[in-house]
Amino acid sequence: MTVAELQLALPEIFVLTMACVVLLADLFISQDRRGLTHLLAVLTLVFAAILTLRVMLPPGEVLYAFSDTFVRDRFGDVLKVFAYIILAGVFVYAKHYLRQFNLFKGEFYTLSLFALLGVMVMISASNMITVYLGLELLALSTYALVALDRDSRFGSEAAMKYFILGSLASGLLLYGMSLIYGATGSLNLADVSAALGGGAGDSMLLTFGLVFVVIGIAFKLGAVPFHMWVPDVYHGAPLAIALFISSVPKLAGLALAIRLLDNGLIGLHGDWQGMLVVLAALSLVLGNVVAIAQTNIKRMLAYSTISHMGFMMLGILAGTPEGYAAAMFYAIAYAIMSAGAFAVIILISNGDREADQLEDFKGLAKRNPWHAFLMMMILFSLAGVPVFLGFFAKWQVIAAAIGAGFTGLAVLAVVMAVIGAFYYLRVVKLMYFDEPEHESAITAPVDFRAVLTINGVAVLALGIFSGGLITLCVSAFV
Amino acid sequence: MLTLAHFLSLGAVLFCISVAGIFLNRKNVLILLMCIELMLLAVNMNFVAFSYFLDHMDGQVFVFFILTVAAAEAAIGLAILVVLFRNRQSISVDDIADLKG
Repeated sequence: MTVAELQLALPEIFVLTMACVVLLADLFISQDRRGLTHLLAVLTLVFAAILTLRVMLPPGEVLYAFSDTFVRDRFGDVLKVFAYIILAGVFVYAKHYLRQFNLFKGEFYTLSLFALLGVMVMISASNMITVYLGLELLALSTYALVALDRDSRFGSEAAMKYFILGSLASGLLLYGMSLIYGATGSLNLADVSAALGGGAGDSMLLTFGLVFVVIGIAFKLGAVPFHMWVPDVYHGAPLAIALFISSVPKLAGLALAIRLLDNGLIGLHGDWQGMLVVLAALSLVLGNVVAIAQTNIKRMLAYSTISHMGFMMLGILAGTPEGYAAAMFYAIAYAIMSAGAFAVIILISNGDREADQLEDFKGLAKRNPWHAFLMMMILFSLAGVPVFLGFFAKWQVIAAAIGAGFTGLAVLAVVMAVIGAFYYLRVVKLMYFDEPEHESAITAPVDFRAVLTINGVAVLALGIFSGGLITLCVSAFV
Repeated sequence: MLTLAHFLSLGAVLFCISVAGIFLNRKNVLILLMCIELMLLAVNMNFVAFSYFLDHMDGQVFVFFILTVAAAEAAIGLAILVVLFRNRQSISVDDIADLKG
């Protein structure tokens, strides 16, 4: 272990240190000054971003550290920077919610920072051990976060379901890894790839291993038929936690898929492509159709997540740099849009109850025109209306699927996007054409409103000027 | 003489028992936690067997990490179970069914 190697992992080391500092510092901060913990957590993200950007690698350059278990490349750097930015937004949104619901405690920040560390380790993993450790660090932190509201019946039930199914997924993924290790004789993803390229390995072990690895990834992404946990966790978890789960971990899910399937198992591309086609098609159909039947907006957004993961898989299954760039663009776009949508639910909730029913959106345009307008832009973007960010994201992945020769799947995706538009536009209809049930004014702190405005405008601006973000994603896979 | 196939079969049998346990058990959440532990141990059996027969240390190193994570996982699982019991006075799997739709 040399100094140069440690420098490559400096952002991770910094986030780990600061997560511990936040944990300790919070003990000495009284409840009425808890904002300091929040400030410390946001500053951590700012400095982590500076540390990552300081040695941002040029396209194509890849550096390894710690006996090749840790990789630093442009893909990882770009994804990490977006993870910091989105998590900073999540912190600002969550603070308002946690204050209202008497959950404003230091644990949220410590656990979120540890989850971020897990995301970063997964993004930078080049060995199955690092993949697994990053995955578990993220998963264990999120299980605890879901149970943050200790007195909530729903919260504890959601945490238990998430824990059982998440552990099952990790077990399946590990079993797959063990078989691949046995077939190729290495845990290092680059060596696995080289061994597969050389035609090594018992084909039955490899096939079994690949099936288990793909099932594990599908569980973590929430793809049908391994999606059972997604609606229950989104519904049961406190809004701020559902907001977190729907944003940053999606970037980690993308990294997990690309590190394992591309960096490690690209030699079996023909096999995993077929499995991803089935998973993507099922996710697109079930996610969009079942979302229509939901009256709880958290559950609706959960099914919408499932369908969006289906779209993201269209990019991954192509198995080309263009496809991966499209999937990466999709993951980033989805995380930004989803954070905005959950933020508006937080905005209209008050301390008594979460505004998680569709009726709560009735007449929002009359109560608060600007935020209704922002929500409308975010929903248009989620639905894939042109000029918004979500449209270009869908366009990219569908183009990637057509490029890989899956025209039928691309047609299915477009049809499902149209069906999906129904339930997004229903919320717009409720906001603009129905009479409000409450007349009470909607209030939020200035930082919350500022970040929400930036978020809503970003959905439009990044759509109109999508070329920059697309170029950035493409440069990650040179 | 024991061969790799024997160890892999044992691993596969343990793994199947644990998965079946998760899906068939309707009584007690604690049994689910046991099944998850068993699943990780089945994986460990695979890793150790491969590591021995391939004469390659990495597999055994991975086993240590898995054991450590399994301990942390059990701690979190039991903590969530305590919260669940406090809220419902029951740890029966059938009772954890308020969230649906």
